[in-house]
Amino acid sequence: MMLWVDKHQPRALDKIIAHEEIAQNLKKLGRSPKTLRQVSVHDCPGLLFYGPTGSGKKTLVMALLKQMFGPGVEKASSHHCLFSFLLWLDVKLENKMWKIDTGTHWIELELTMLLSTHHVDMNPSDAGFQDRYIVQEIIKEMARNRPVDTKGKKRVQRLVIQICVKQPKLDEKKMTIKFLELLLVLVLNEVDKLSREGQHSLCRTMEKYSASCRLILCCNSSSKVTEAVRSRCLNIRVNAPTEEQIIKVLEFIGKKENLQLPPGLTARIAAHSNRNLRRAILSFETCRVQQYPFTVNQALPPLDWEQYVSEIASDIMKEQSPKRLFSVRGKIYELLVNCIPPGIILKKLLSELLKKLDSELKHEVCHWAAYYIDFNVQILGEVLARNLTCVL
Amino acid sequence: MAPVVQSSQPWVEKYRPRQVKDVAHQDEVVRVLTNTLETANCPHMLFYGPPGTGKTTTALAISHQLFGPELYKSRVLELNASDDRGINVVRTKIKDFAAVAVGSGSRQGYPCPPYKIIILDEADSMTEDAQNALRRTMETYSKVTRFFFICNYISRIIEPLASRCAKFRFKPLSEGIMSSRILHICSEEGLTLDSEALSTLSSISQGDLRRAITYLQSAARLFGSSITSKDLISVSGVIPQEVVQAVFTACKSGDFDVANKEVTNVIAEGYPVSQMLYQLLEVIVNNDDISDEQKARICKKLGEADKCLIDGADEYLQLMDVASHTIRALCGLPEELRFD
Repeated sequence: MMLWVDKHQPRALDKIIAHEEIAQNLKKLGRSPKTLRQVSVHDCPGLLFYGPTGSGKKTLVMALLKQMFGPGVEKASSHHCLFSFLLWLDVKLENKMWKIDTGTHWIELELTMLLSTHHVDMNPSDAGFQDRYIVQEIIKEMARNRPVDTKGKKRVQRLVIQICVKQPKLDEKKMTIKFLELLLVLVLNEVDKLSREGQHSLCRTMEKYSASCRLILCCNSSSKVTEAVRSRCLNIRVNAPTEEQIIKVLEFIGKKENLQLPPGLTARIAAHSNRNLRRAILSFETCRVQQYPFTVNQALPPLDWEQYVSEIASDIMKEQSPKRLFSVRGKIYELLVNCIPPGIILKKLLSELLKKLDSELKHEVCHWAAYYIDFNVQILGEVLARNLTCVL
Repeated sequence: MAPVVQSSQPWVEKYRPRQVKDVAHQDEVVRVLTNTLETANCPHMLFYGPPGTGKTTTALAISHQLFGPELYKSRVLELNASDDRGINVVRTKIKDFAAVAVGSGSRQGYPCPPYKIIILDEADSMTEDAQNALRRTMETYSKVTRFFFICNYISRIIEPLASRCAKFRFKPLSEGIMSSRILHICSEEGLTLDSEALSTLSSISQGDLRRAITYLQSAARLFGSSITSKDLISVSGVIPQEVVQAVFTACKSGDFDVANKEVTNVIAEGYPVSQMLYQLLEVIVNNDDISDEQKARICKKLGEADKCLIDGADEYLQLMDVASHTIRALCGLPEELRFD
């Protein structure tokens, strides 16, 4: 039993519905070349995918990898199948300990990564402030362990020639596959959360090991990625799918699942999803679990924390007194205790308040929200105090 | 017959000038270094300037030309931000390398002067302690070692180091020189580029040749051999002018909700907000209908928001804050709410 989000994740670039244009362009990039002369994958620079959450960056990356390395990678599956794509890319999940000599002392880092013969997928910012070492040491080591070294160009050439000489019957297509086997793709997630030093080291690593490894970077906001990294990559903007595209995807899933869709339901889910495809599919599935067959005006299940935040907003609007501040504070702490990130609470609260305030105050509330978002959890209470005085 | 394997390198590496005299647009540096090649004498050097102007290229080219492929390994130490360069490395690795004495005598047509070169790339990301540790090393071994520092911001190099070096500023490339380089690459790679695309390319890359070449290669990979200016814009991450205009018009209308909708749309489309701020700045500065005071108010806010973004603030809120300030400035609302 899989979630629909995973079950219906498109496996190939051709099957992607929401970002057809990007997929077509990527296809040109990842095409298995017909002759060695057009090893297009090879002289492409690194890729940087950026876009809001739930817009399909990871799906595109995985589909691209499959396109590049072909169905050859799609054989036996591993035992740790947490994600569906592990099943079709022959990937294994590994928890690796790294011991790194920093010169003065040894540090130990534990990092979870997905490995296949052709790619490594990891989240370097997990290492916190030590992410620099991940980039410097681990990536370097992995890139170095490939059969191609830093002066890789010549060796690749020699290897290919060797292959040709030894197996003269090998046709060109197979040869390119051999050629591709020498290449390692590193998928790094959340590069925007990498520290400045981490990003700095990334730049040079990218250039130095360009012969043996390709980097694919994913992030939410490219403003937080330094100019130096951005200028070394092919930037691919993955926009959030439009509502029409979401509707199309939902209908596609409905058809696959043999569901009877009442008119307007998919449109409502799409409108409710904030252009987040993942969220749309999840709430679609929740609807299915809640009540099937669907009715025309079926209620969409709201997320409980969102409801809670909008309650807080209306509390604030109703009365502005120290007593109310105290009760609001309690409610916010309850949200925080339940592990809702403060930034998300603040944004949601802002959008709720903006619906209700008069225009002059909107400016003020917006300003303070932008001001406080950098601060710590504890200050959230004060944000509210400010809001209250504003409304007064 | 073995097939010819196309170079697997990015074009930036492929077309990196191998000789000092091929470095474009940096006449001053090239003149000094050509002189160095003849006399085999050179001071410590400090190259600074914006990215993509040829600093690393020049340093690598001169060391290759001085020592040739055979001696290069033993005579040149190249360290950059991807190597660990804490104070320990300065104390051990750099010092050890600097201390080794070398002989002179030219070989195979290369001058091979009696010193070694240590290239410290991206030196502005070295800690202050590490830089301080270098001071004495530089002087002690100045007979047998030359240091090349490369950085973007000279202000991040401590004064004692900077004063020991001959400083060279690398200028951003002019449009003409950029175009001629790009056209050269196009003809080598068999691309067609019309004049509009060429001017777009030089304007979006802002004097950064590396960026221009990367864009060109990306566009070539994605869109095939004939490239239009629209293709270049889509790979470069520059925001289409319509989108920026839409945000500006929304701010001008003075309605908070309209602006909010526009900002939400920008975020959902995934445009980078820092880029948005730059382009918004351009629109506002070039607009004649806005008074100087209003411009000043908006620009101040843009600056603040940019700083916040670099510090890792939330994109949506910052852009929203800018939009709200712009509305207030354009509609003559007071900056602060007064509580009566």
